Amino acid sequence: MRQKNLELMVGVFVALGLAAFLLLALKVSDLTRIGENEGYRITAHFENIGGLKVRAPVTLGGVRIGRVIGIDLDSQSYEAVVTMSIDPRYDRLPTDSSASVLTSGLLGEQYVGLEPGGMDSYLGDGSVLKLTQSALVLEKLIGRMLTSAASGDAPPAKTP
Amino acid sequence: MIAVLRSLGQFVLNKLARLGRANLFLLSLLGALTFLFKRPSLLIRQLYAVGVLSLPIILVSGLFVGMVLGLQGYANLVDFGATSSLGTVVALSLIRELGPVLTALLYAGRAGSALTAEIGLMKATEQLASMQMMAVDPFPRVLSPRFLAGCLAVPILTSIFTAVGILGGYFVAVVQLGVDGGAFWAQMQAKVLLFEDIVNGVIIKSIVFGVLANWIALFEGYEALPTSEGVSLATTRTVVVTSLAVLSWDFLLTALMFGAW
Repeated sequence: MRQKNLELMVGVFVALGLAAFLLLALKVSDLTRIGENEGYRITAHFENIGGLKVRAPVTLGGVRIGRVIGIDLDSQSYEAVVTMSIDPRYDRLPTDSSASVLTSGLLGEQYVGLEPGGMDSYLGDGSVLKLTQSALVLEKLIGRMLTSAASGDAPPAKTP
Repeated sequence: MIAVLRSLGQFVLNKLARLGRANLFLLSLLGALTFLFKRPSLLIRQLYAVGVLSLPIILVSGLFVGMVLGLQGYANLVDFGATSSLGTVVALSLIRELGPVLTALLYAGRAGSALTAEIGLMKATEQLASMQMMAVDPFPRVLSPRFLAGCLAVPILTSIFTAVGILGGYFVAVVQLGVDGGAFWAQMQAKVLLFEDIVNGVIIKSIVFGVLANWIALFEGYEALPTSEGVSLATTRTVVVTSLAVLSWDFLLTALMFGAW
């Protein structure tokens, strides 16, 4: 009888542990998103990616459609090569879509935002995005502002 | 001068011999594990003693640690308007560090010291010696079940501690302080990785800490001087040595897992 009770308690203990682990795996971690690796890959060349990190989200119209899976440097052109994995549900992105490195909020993390183009052909595995816009680097921006202020007459609206 | 050098040498040799005995002890523990397939009831009893009976302290501490993390994180993040990342802060700090480490420390205090005292008293009252007299090896009957039960209990307790801590953080942040619940979970899920964080932190760390804590506890008990003073000394040593071992190994593991080296 005593042994039975003991076994019951230990069983409850182990079950509680498993439940806690499942909570961590399912509710807390990214397990629900692991399937995203299955998506197709596209690459984009950026002049400057700022603080973009691997696993940063890729969004279109604010909706997360994939994530950055690799960042590399093209040793020929000295441009950053960003590889992205896009959810196969979104397989109708025009080939002339453009990518830009954006920041969520003033101090938030950086992500890649896509803007759809108008072509009839769609991006597939291994496609390269031609139109890209680099990250906004705050120091460069301030530097440009200072030089334009120093030269005096240049109105700030003229800056591209 | 010679005497000083000699005592230094003696000290080092003693420590080395002790380390060697500890390793042989661990080998004997592991070698005797197969006996548990024949007598799983021994394991169940010990799992109850070190696992189930440690649950209350783990549950309560986990809840309060999570709640404190929620409060402190909120107080700091609210200045930057970044309270939605509170879930990430609470979950990552619990999963990577606080869960495994605090569980191991609490376990050393709650169960490790009890193991040492039990084995030490068995030795002091010559129960181990009389078993050997009857040609019964104490390793498979007494020591290995305790070791394996402890090594199984620590990862389970760590999972429970971490999960309860995150729920405590959720309670303070979302229910009390009004952080958005959806953002709390979504930001957490975006940042916490199953393999890099949970498997590394909760699973691998807690297994290492479990082996350390139980090995030290049983060895200290086994090596204790068979007097009441010796047992009390051994119990103290268990808690101190386990805490130091857990904290230093935690640094090592963190450097290997999350460090930039």
